[in-house]
Amino acid sequence: MHYIYLITFGLLSIALVLIFARLLMGPTLPDRVVALELLATVIVAMTGTYAIFTDRSSFIDVAIVTALTAFLAAIGFARFLERGGPRDD
Amino acid sequence: MTETISNILISIFMLSSAIFILVAAVGILRLPDLLTRMHASTKAGALGVALMMVAAMLHFNDLVLMAKAMAVILFIFITAPVAAHAIGRAGYFVGVPIWVKTIKDELYNNYDADTHRLRSGLETEEELNKPAKDKPRIRISSKK
Repeated sequence: MHYIYLITFGLLSIALVLIFARLLMGPTLPDRVVALELLATVIVAMTGTYAIFTDRSSFIDVAIVTALTAFLAAIGFARFLERGGPRDD
Repeated sequence: MTETISNILISIFMLSSAIFILVAAVGILRLPDLLTRMHASTKAGALGVALMMVAAMLHFNDLVLMAKAMAVILFIFITAPVAAHAIGRAGYFVGVPIWVKTIKDELYNNYDADTHRLRSGLETEEELNKPAKDKPRIRISSKK
């Protein structure tokens, strides 16, 4: 069972690295916003894995809060893009 | 015995969740433009988080935690399409270049970006005689 945790953490970490590469490269600002949102999703999944790994159920609350803030950040960025701000980065 | 079965189920759920999220990450890195990247990230990412929360439900085997994990799944499934819609809409208005091989853009020439009016093709004459702006909203990216 221990190996399962390690493999899951490893795969999620590779995903984090790939998304971070897109966050750095992303040719336009909406690309970066999408990468940031997926980054938050991966962090929610990683928090769930950590809750199972350490056997502490309070980490699920952390997952809830992370998902909430990620959604608000995405909506805020979309509104910022639509209502003004730099047209091209 | 039930311990073993539940461990196997938890392992399957965790591994499939990690694999789905990895596929989403590869998609967001490899796909050519904003809309296809959103296609990869929202669906596979939401499914990955849902599978991980199912694994947490099975592991803790507690009613309160089951409700919390269910709340996370519901929240992700409600907010992921809304956020993707908002970002895609904003990206279209900003004028993000779309892929060269895109075959259809139905908003092209039907959408007035300044007044935010969508033409349906069934307007009367005087509505059509308003000065129409036919400048393209989409810049096709030259590089592949």
